[in-house]
Amino acid sequence: MRDVAALIEPHIPALRRYAWALLRDEAAADDLVQDCLERALSRWQLRRRDGNLRAWLFAILHNRFISDRRRDRRRGVPLPLEEGSETAAVADAESAVVRRDLLEALALLPEEQRAVVLLVGVEDLSYEDAARALGIPIGTVMSRLSRGREKLRRYIEGERPGILRRVK
Amino acid sequence: MTGPIGEDDIQAAVDGRVEAPRCPVVQDYLAKNPEAAARVAALKEQREALRARLASKAAEPIPARLRVANLLAQRARRRQQLFARAAAVVALLVVGGAGGWTLRDMTLDRTPDMTRDAIAAHRVFVVERRHPVEVAASEEAHLVQWLSNRLGRKLVAPDLAREGWRLIGGRLLSFEGGPAAQLMYEDAAGQRMTVYLRPGDGKSGGAEFRYAEANGVGAFWWSDDGLGYAVSGPADRQKLLQAAEAIHAQVASR
Repeated sequence: MRDVAALIEPHIPALRRYAWALLRDEAAADDLVQDCLERALSRWQLRRRDGNLRAWLFAILHNRFISDRRRDRRRGVPLPLEEGSETAAVADAESAVVRRDLLEALALLPEEQRAVVLLVGVEDLSYEDAARALGIPIGTVMSRLSRGREKLRRYIEGERPGILRRVK
Repeated sequence: MTGPIGEDDIQAAVDGRVEAPRCPVVQDYLAKNPEAAARVAALKEQREALRARLASKAAEPIPARLRVANLLAQRARRRQQLFARAAAVVALLVVGGAGGWTLRDMTLDRTPDMTRDAIAAHRVFVVERRHPVEVAASEEAHLVQWLSNRLGRKLVAPDLAREGWRLIGGRLLSFEGGPAAQLMYEDAAGQRMTVYLRPGDGKSGGAEFRYAEANGVGAFWWSDDGLGYAVSGPADRQKLLQAAEAIHAQVASR
């Protein structure tokens, strides 16, 4: 286990960034990362040596995230928006918010699209690695990426209709 | 590589991940389609803005509680406590003499032999890195045929991709009553699960799912059509149940 720290620690800043961007809560994000790291350490001997360590860590993090979500759901903790309930809330947000921050817009995305946009666009996972980390086919990664980015663009552009007019 | 341009190409252009042979086609398309090019440029800008917005988060120093050395020390402490507790139990057992046996893991005591054998086989083989299975999933047809022949009935290797499990392969095992089979699966995080099958002796359980857990390994067992099944894996009841239900459904629909 001597080399573990040297191998894992370079990835911790990225894991913290991803967890924070998903949850937008400092303490909850670090709890998630800690949970992920404890798991990774207990499974260290079981990891694929030829595999991509970064993708493996993100896969564990994401699995923990999903099972926490399931537990919250069982306990009745209110959840952020899911795909189905999105429309009303977004319509609300669109009428209420004139200037929207990129991160606020990101928080409006359905969780599954947010995860892909972050893993691919920010954490630089390849499409294959993102698919593996999320346990979904690559085609699903691509379609979530496309829908997520398009939605993000619409949310952001809602913020500056003036500029669009000037271009015309 | 001259197929029509798809949304995948657009996203790959945004990420700079268009594969080399496809590059000229995509570039040509974008040159001729200013609208698409504008969209790629806008999404690229969005991607950069998001990275810039989150960059500070990754630049923060790692909090002490997330340092690997600290986490390892904590694990060692916990293991010591567990060891101390185990030692206390041993002392109790010695003091309690024969009566002490009632302190044994009750759940496992009530499980049938089949499930205990399944969990034992699970423990032995999931930790194998080089030889987890005798026949790999790449020879799935051969694997299934072989195990079917030995168990004397037509088996299937359940497809658990939707439950997040990928078949690695399987092996032949033995028990008092003859040959048994073990199929091994792995998920995206490298966790392993095994499906243990053997001809039922009527005592291996009914059609309903039963669950037992010992030392971090959980197992669901049931029997279908005279064949006993046990699904063993990390003690995540929900996840194992999903796998068990999927297997039961696939066997039933055969």
